[in-house]
Amino acid sequence: MSTETLEQPVVKIQSESLFSKRRKKFVMDPLDDDNPVTIQVLGICSALAVTVKMEPTLIMSIAVVFVIVFSNLIISLIRNMVPGRIRIIVQLGIIATLVTVVSEVLKAYNYPMYKVLGAFVGLIITNCIVMGRLEAFAMGNKPWDSVLDGLGSGFGYAWVILTVAFFRELFGSGTVFDFPLFEKIGLANFPTNGLMVDSIGAFMILAIIIWVQRARNGYVEH
Amino acid sequence: MELFNLGIRSIFIDNMIFAYFLGMCSFLAVSKKVSTAIGLGAAVVFVLGITVPVDWLVQEYILREGALAWIGPQFADMNLEFLQFIMFIAIIAAMVQLVEMIIEKFSPALYGSLGIFLPLIAVNCAILGASLFMVQRDYTLAEATVYGFSSGLGWMFAIVALAAVREKLKYSNVPDGLKGLGITMIITGLMGIAFKSFIGIAI
Repeated sequence: MSTETLEQPVVKIQSESLFSKRRKKFVMDPLDDDNPVTIQVLGICSALAVTVKMEPTLIMSIAVVFVIVFSNLIISLIRNMVPGRIRIIVQLGIIATLVTVVSEVLKAYNYPMYKVLGAFVGLIITNCIVMGRLEAFAMGNKPWDSVLDGLGSGFGYAWVILTVAFFRELFGSGTVFDFPLFEKIGLANFPTNGLMVDSIGAFMILAIIIWVQRARNGYVEH
Repeated sequence: MELFNLGIRSIFIDNMIFAYFLGMCSFLAVSKKVSTAIGLGAAVVFVLGITVPVDWLVQEYILREGALAWIGPQFADMNLEFLQFIMFIAIIAAMVQLVEMIIEKFSPALYGSLGIFLPLIAVNCAILGASLFMVQRDYTLAEATVYGFSSGLGWMFAIVALAAVREKLKYSNVPDGLKGLGITMIITGLMGIAFKSFIGIAI
């Protein structure tokens, strides 16, 4: 009598691991090689408007990541039920709903920040990255893949605007997260640059980031 | 006079692009040729000029706290402001659709050259941005109309100017990494500095 169990030929439905190589690409690509802001030129509007200080920028990035991930997820779940002709308005409806949620939460828990960000929370609706990801990815892919793709694009956007904000706040106000950095390291007289607080500083810094990144990647636009 | 002042200010000083970065996506993408830039600019002026007053009416008579009082006293303490984003974006989408049909009918050539960017006006931040600023700043209906129209003009002004510069840029030797987006950002920044000189203009 043998207790050996027959090795059942496991008929496994090719289920990928949650973080397979292919899926890792969804997250990693938008961070660098396929960055939504510096390579695809999307979502620049809000990328620049809120970046005078680090703190509102951080809140803004969190809000954008939230909206991208969840709108990607929702659209991906209902992608087979949405008729092609009305998909834009369905997408806009979902994005607008999510943004309303963000804005109400912000109003309830952090009113001063809500005042600072003002209309720019609403403008997440027209952030091209969100629409672009829905249209290009979530309409044709499974929910989990779409969530990862949303995370990738969201963080790709976040690091760019956080970098812009870091330099704008550092050179414009001499602080980082309102912490007077220059004063603490003994450069109290370091002159702050008014141009950085202004919109012009944002254009320049973004241009420099783009230059550095493209020089590193060897990406050339024609 | 007040209105005229507001118009001048929204075109030159509070310019949508240089002061608020609104509508940057199409600003960067469609500014390669002057003729296309003029077409898109005109479409944006038109959409903004109509949408902002319409949004004002919606805000004033439907969304604002207590706005529904005109239906009956039992609606007087309703506040539908949380529907603002959805209502505004729906109005904008409808207006863009209208403009698209008009342009297709009267100028098929322009329709062809604008292509994908026409429907994208719906997600042009400048339109929604102007509507939200209009609410934030408590404009009256007349002010809202002037504001919408002149911000559109300011936007058009900026994109046509950038397109003119970029047409010449084709013949210059730009470092590889800066080609395209990078150099365009720097030009926009320099134009922004030029526009700063308008600060303080009042008539």
